[in-house]
Amino acid sequence: MAKGETPPSLDELDRRLAQAREQRAARAGSTRAGLASERRGYGIAVRLAIELASTLAVGVFIGWLLDEWLGTRPWLLVVFFFLGAAAGALNVYRVTQSMMRDADKDDEAAG
Amino acid sequence: MAAEEHHSPLSQFEVHTLVPIEIGGVDASFTNAALFMVIAVTAVSLFLSLGMQRRALVPGRWQSMAELSYEFIANLVRDNVGSEGRRFFPFVFALFMFILFANMIALVPYTFTVTSHIVVTFALATVVFVMVTVVGLVKHGLHFFSLFLPKGVPIALAPLLIPIEIISYLARPVSLALRLFANLTAGHTMLKVFGGFVVLLGFAGVAPLAVIVVLFGLETLIAFLQAYVFTILTCIYLNDAIHLH
Repeated sequence: MAKGETPPSLDELDRRLAQAREQRAARAGSTRAGLASERRGYGIAVRLAIELASTLAVGVFIGWLLDEWLGTRPWLLVVFFFLGAAAGALNVYRVTQSMMRDADKDDEAAG
Repeated sequence: MAAEEHHSPLSQFEVHTLVPIEIGGVDASFTNAALFMVIAVTAVSLFLSLGMQRRALVPGRWQSMAELSYEFIANLVRDNVGSEGRRFFPFVFALFMFILFANMIALVPYTFTVTSHIVVTFALATVVFVMVTVVGLVKHGLHFFSLFLPKGVPIALAPLLIPIEIISYLARPVSLALRLFANLTAGHTMLKVFGGFVVLLGFAGVAPLAVIVVLFGLETLIAFLQAYVFTILTCIYLNDAIHLH
């Protein structure tokens, strides 16, 4: 620091600190929006499809296992097929709900 | 047509034995998949320990990157799990760094994509799933099972809803594993297919080459994004187990 120049006052420093923090928060917001690109188009489709299919598969697998174990083929398989389908729909519903919540949050942050 | 077979877009995913090892009749050979997992772990260790070697107050580029990755995951855990999540930070951080480095290393030509194998992703997802369940059981005891019956549901519906909730809970590791596996496999297959076009088309191969450049950027994004998604879902599941909703 050059001689004769008075050091900045504490208020001044405070103000600059607050400004820097604000900028940083704004930048953090924009990276989050970038990460949210998975929500768009292809990303959403793949995510929901995997959710639906894997849940259904787990349901069918449980039904098949129980059938093998209890010797009730094919009845539990049929029952668990529908339960799995319902669980898959439920999971998809939850994922879309949380996606919509995130989208609202981002819109608020942006606007 | 052995040569053609070798150029199949899927041949990049084949596991080869490098050092045959057999322990008690179990094939525990050191394969190229194992090699690239070791490389990923070594790379993470080197990246972090060499990056933090100088511990300067004003970080250099390398130290900045190491600190950035630490802060990124620390914030992720804090935002999604809360203060109780702090003790899971080492686990979540290790998980993220391993997947990220495995994905990123796989982008280098002639390397092996570890995360394109469902065995690997499913093993990772199973570790997460078992840990989350154990954490929930330890923290809440039998009360943990209230996760399977949402609040305010009439008792008459319970026999229908509980199996549905249990299936949806058991599907978590499957969808976690499938998502990482499907994204990586699809991406790397696509790169290889377009690479094949470049060779076949000769001079006109410039067009698919341009597509590869774009795809490569996209794949880099996906490599990061999938590591991020895996980590954030781990955090969300941890949050569910710790706080029950």
